[in-house]
Amino acid sequence: MSDAVIVLVALAAGTFLLKSAGPLLLGARRLPSGLQAVVDLLPAALLASLAIVSTVGDARSIVLDARIVGIVVAGLALWRRAPFVVVIVLASAATALTRLVT
Amino acid sequence: MQRSDRWAYSGDPTPIFPLDGCPSVRNDESTGVQEVQVNEPDATRRRLRRMAISITAAVAPFGIVFGAAASTAGLSVWEAIGSSLFVFGGSSQFAAVEILGDGGSVAAAALAGLLLNVRSLAFGVIMAPALGGALWKRAAMSQLMIDESTAVGTASDDLASRRYGYLVGGVGVFVVWNLTTLVGFLAFSGAGDLIEDLGLDVAGPAAFLALLWPRLADRRQLVVAVTGAVVAVSLVPFTAPGVPILASMSAVLAARAVGPWRPSAPSEPTDLSGGQPGE
Repeated sequence: MSDAVIVLVALAAGTFLLKSAGPLLLGARRLPSGLQAVVDLLPAALLASLAIVSTVGDARSIVLDARIVGIVVAGLALWRRAPFVVVIVLASAATALTRLVT
Repeated sequence: MQRSDRWAYSGDPTPIFPLDGCPSVRNDESTGVQEVQVNEPDATRRRLRRMAISITAAVAPFGIVFGAAASTAGLSVWEAIGSSLFVFGGSSQFAAVEILGDGGSVAAAALAGLLLNVRSLAFGVIMAPALGGALWKRAAMSQLMIDESTAVGTASDDLASRRYGYLVGGVGVFVVWNLTTLVGFLAFSGAGDLIEDLGLDVAGPAAFLALLWPRLADRRQLVVAVTGAVVAVSLVPFTAPGVPILASMSAVLAARAVGPWRPSAPSEPTDLSGGQPGE
């Protein structure tokens, strides 16, 4: 068995345990309402950190580059109530243009 | 004749997914929020499908780059596809493949990949109430537990729509991710430049921001989002990739500064449907 296969099997098994723990152990059971209120706030933190880290993060360093322009344009488009697809296209186009001219 | 038939059937497709409707509705009568759903389920589902299509399209170039990276790192085509099928977690697949390609150890590659996926544990807790059903169904649906499916899955209030959003987002990304892995492996090698040239590396962040946007109208969620972003960014230089995202969840504690956990009516998770992009 190659190294890659060993890594993939271990990674796939471990990842599945992480992914399924919630649905398998909790099921459709409701959490106590206090705890549920906290869990309902988690997506806001997750979405915000995913957005910012993938904009300025590069492995273990902070890199400020053309992605900043894209995310600012995305913010402006959202503020102008642009549809989801338009937001993504505009952000990508702005970043591509910035790279082209700099 | 044929035309009018087709027209008649084009109203709304029957449930796309064999996974059953929503048993949680049955369990959830006590909350009394489900009847809201009866009004506009089609409109909600259309909105969720549109969202899922855009987010799936945004994932495609990364699948191509992953396939190309796997090829460069010396994986076989089966190993590349196996990774996309069975691991199914973009950043962790990248990390594992990069480390292998750089001659890193088996343990390092597996651990780095796993660390990046610890966040799916939290996604599972968030999505669990919407993912009820037989054990095997819950297990099958869990395989789709990634950033994108959770993002679409949390874009609506009621459990049935959450389940629907999670499944359309998850299945869409799953299919496209695997197909593009294959295409990338077979056809592209310099795709990394392509992504940067087209600015597609900002498509993911823009999609996450778009999904976050409607939540920011709620003051508590705004505080949590800003705190989470600050926590995550400040940890990037000091921790392994993946840890900042995980740590950002501690930001929910900041909501306590704005008021009690549940200040308004128990109609949480707030009004996510209003002001959705595209509506």
